[in-house]
Amino acid sequence: MKGQMSGARMVVEALKDQGVDTIFGYPGGAVLPIYDELFLQNDIRHILVRHEQGAVHAAEGYARSTGKPGVVLVTSGPGATNAVTGLTDALMDSIPIVVLSGQVPTFMIGNDAFQEADTVGITRPCTKHNWLVKDTADLSNIIHQAFHVATHGRPGPVLVDIPKDVQFASAEYTPPERARTSHYQPRVKGDIEQIRKLVALMETAERPVFYTGGGVINSGPAASQLLRELVDATGFPITSTLMGLGAYPASGKNWLGMLGMHGLYEANLAMHDCDLLIAIGARFDDRITGRVQDFSPGSTRVHIDIDPSSINKVVRTDVPIVGDVAHVLEDVLKLWKAGGRKTNREAVQRWWAQIEEWRKVDCLAYTPSEKTIKPQYALQRLQELTKDHPRRYITTEVGQHQMWAAQFLRFEEPNRWMTSGGLGTMGYGLPASIGVQIAHPDALVINVAGEASWLMNMQEMGTAVQYRLPVKQFILNNERLGMVRQWQELLHGERYSQSWSEALPDFVKLAEAFGAKGIICTDPADLDDAIREMLEYDGPVIFDCVVEKHENCFPMIPSGEPHNKMILGENASTKDAIGSSGAVLV
Amino acid sequence: MSPLKIEKGTSRHSAYDLRDPHAAPEETHTLAVVVDNEAGVLARVIGLFSGRGYNIESLTVAETDHEGHLSRITIVTKGTPAVIEQIKAQLGRLVPVHDVHDLTVEGPAVERELALFKVTGEGEKRIEALRLAEIFRANVVDSTLKSFIFEITGTPQKIDAFAELMRPLGLVEMARTGVAALSRGAR
Repeated sequence: MKGQMSGARMVVEALKDQGVDTIFGYPGGAVLPIYDELFLQNDIRHILVRHEQGAVHAAEGYARSTGKPGVVLVTSGPGATNAVTGLTDALMDSIPIVVLSGQVPTFMIGNDAFQEADTVGITRPCTKHNWLVKDTADLSNIIHQAFHVATHGRPGPVLVDIPKDVQFASAEYTPPERARTSHYQPRVKGDIEQIRKLVALMETAERPVFYTGGGVINSGPAASQLLRELVDATGFPITSTLMGLGAYPASGKNWLGMLGMHGLYEANLAMHDCDLLIAIGARFDDRITGRVQDFSPGSTRVHIDIDPSSINKVVRTDVPIVGDVAHVLEDVLKLWKAGGRKTNREAVQRWWAQIEEWRKVDCLAYTPSEKTIKPQYALQRLQELTKDHPRRYITTEVGQHQMWAAQFLRFEEPNRWMTSGGLGTMGYGLPASIGVQIAHPDALVINVAGEASWLMNMQEMGTAVQYRLPVKQFILNNERLGMVRQWQELLHGERYSQSWSEALPDFVKLAEAFGAKGIICTDPADLDDAIREMLEYDGPVIFDCVVEKHENCFPMIPSGEPHNKMILGENASTKDAIGSSGAVLV
Repeated sequence: MSPLKIEKGTSRHSAYDLRDPHAAPEETHTLAVVVDNEAGVLARVIGLFSGRGYNIESLTVAETDHEGHLSRITIVTKGTPAVIEQIKAQLGRLVPVHDVHDLTVEGPAVERELALFKVTGEGEKRIEALRLAEIFRANVVDSTLKSFIFEITGTPQKIDAFAELMRPLGLVEMARTGVAALSRGAR
C-alpha cells in the first residue's frame, strides 16, 4: 500500500507502476508540481524537448521502435495545443501514446485564465479517449485506465488533463491491479468459422496475395513471426503498406515490395489481378486503393483487423475477421497445418510466373547521373553502406524522400521503420529519430529527410545535442517541396506556386551552431565517403545531400485511377513485359 | 521531361479522388446507444457525427440507470447502408459506449416523441384548434383567453401532421423532444 499522497506524486507513482522509464516533455506553470516530483526521483528519465510537437513525435518514435507506450508531459494551454498535431498523427497511425497535460485549477476553468485552453474539448477528436481529472481521488485510477485504453484494442493516443489544484491535493493511491479497466476489453480472438472460410479459400486460390499493414507490427513481434510462417507455409506473394514494412523481410523470397500510390508495379498489379486478397492489419487507405470502384475487381476479400470500424469502411469484405493479428494468424496456421492443407500449386506457380513478368518492368529504374546526386542513388548507397548494421532504425519526414526511402531501403525486421503514414506530418522525422535513439542508445538511427520537412521541427537538434544522441539527419536537399512540385508539374500546368525552398540555411553551419557535425555532399563520386564519415562520427550529424532538383517519384498511381493505370518513370523497361491485363499508362 | 500520357495542366486528377463512391440510396435508422454517464460523453457522440460527416435527424439523451451511471442516447440518422454500418462501428469503438442497437433492423420497435405547441387565436380558429387537438389526443396543458399550449405524444409523423394542421390556426411556437425508442416484445 502506498497510501495517501499528492496528485503530483501520484502521477509519478502511477507512471512507475506502469513500467515507464522515459518521458518526453516541457515544463510550464500548470505542471510545476509534477516537475517537482520528477526532480525528487531517479526512476523516470525526463527528456526535455524544444517544442511540445517534438515531444509527441519523439514519444511516437519511442513507442514504434519498442512496442511500449510513449509518454508525454506538457503544460496547459499552448503546451497542450502544440501537442495536437502529434496526437492526430498517433491516432491516424495507431500509436500508443499517453499525454499528461497540466490544466488551470478546477475553480478557474472556464474563466479564460492565463494559459487556459479547453484541452479535452480540443483533443477529443484527435485522441482515442481523454479525461479531465476533477478529483485527486480519481487521478491514479484514470492514469491506469489511460494506459489500458492506449495499449488495448487498436492502439492510439490518450490524454489526461490534470488541473493544478488536483496535483496539489492529497488522496489515496490506487495501484494498477485495482484500477477499473474491465469495461474496455476489445476482442482479440477471431471467429473460428470465419477463419475456417479463409483456410478453405487459401486452398483453392489461383492468384492469392497477402496485403499487410501496420496492424501486424502493432500486434507485436509474434504477429510478424506468424506472418512469416504463414507466407512460408503457403508460398503466396506478400505486399505491404508503408506502415507495415519490415513485418515480412524485404529479403524474403515472396516479397513483392510496397504497394500503393508510389508502390511497386508488381505489387499493385498483383493487387489488381488477384482472386484472393488477404488483408491483415491494413485499412484500405485511399493512397493504397486508388479508385475504389475499380479496386481489385475480381477478388474475394478477407480482412483481418482488430477494429470493427475498419471492416467494410472503404471496400466490401467477403470474409471479415475481427481480432488481433497474432491471435488470428495463430489460429489460421493451426488449422492450415492440422488439416495438412495444400495450396492450388499449379495455379499459384502460374501466378508467380505472371508476377515475374511484371517484375521485369523494373519500375524503380531511374536515369543515373555522374554530375548530380540522384535521390534514388543516395538512398541506394545509404542502404548498401548500412544494411549490415545489426540495429538500424530509419525515420522519415514526409514527401518524395519518404516514398523513395520506402522503395529503396530494405527492412528485415518490424519496428525498424518510423514514418508518418496516415497524417503525413512534415516535421515528424527528426523528433521521432530522437525518441528511437533514446530507446536504443547503441543503435544506428537515421532520419531520411527533405530539407523543407526537416526545417519544420529543426529546433529538436538542440535536444539531440543535449542528450548526446548520435542521430543522423540525412537530408535529401532539392531546394524544393518536392512532392508538391511533382503534383504541380503533372497536374497544375507546371505552375510552381510556392514550392521552392528559398533562403535555405547553410546546413553545415547550422549543425555547427547547434554543436553537431555538418557534412555537405554535392558530387556522386564523393557520396560513399561522405556517408561513411556520417556513420563513423560519434554524435549527431546533419548531412546535406544536395540532390537533383527536378526528379519525380515513380511509379505513381494518379489519384482516382485504379492500380493498373500506373505512371512509370521513363527508364522502366515496358517493352515486352506488360501482360494482357496491364493496360498501363506509360 | 518525362513521357507521361497524362495531360499536363488538367485537373482531371486531383490529390484525391473527387468522385463519391457511396452514391447509393439513403435509409433512415434509429439507433439506441447505451453509454457511461460521464462528462463529455454526448460531445464525443455528436463530435463523431459532425467530424465524419454523418447526419443527425433527431437526438435524445437522459440517464436511464442511475446506479450504473448509464445513459441512453437515441439517434435518428440517415445514410446509405454502408454509412449506417460505419456509424454503428464508429459508435461501438468509443470507449464509454457499452452497446449500440439498430432498432430499425433489430425487429419492430416503438418510437415516440413528445411535443408542445403554442397556438393563439380567437373565435372559429380557436374552436377548430381545440377540436383537432381532441382528434389527435393532444392535451391542453395551458390556456388563456387567446392561447392554448397542447401537449401531444406520438410518432414523429403524427406530430408533423398535427403541426401542419395547427399552422393556419395560429401556431406560434413549438418544442419537440426528439425520438425515444424501444424494441417491442419481452427482449
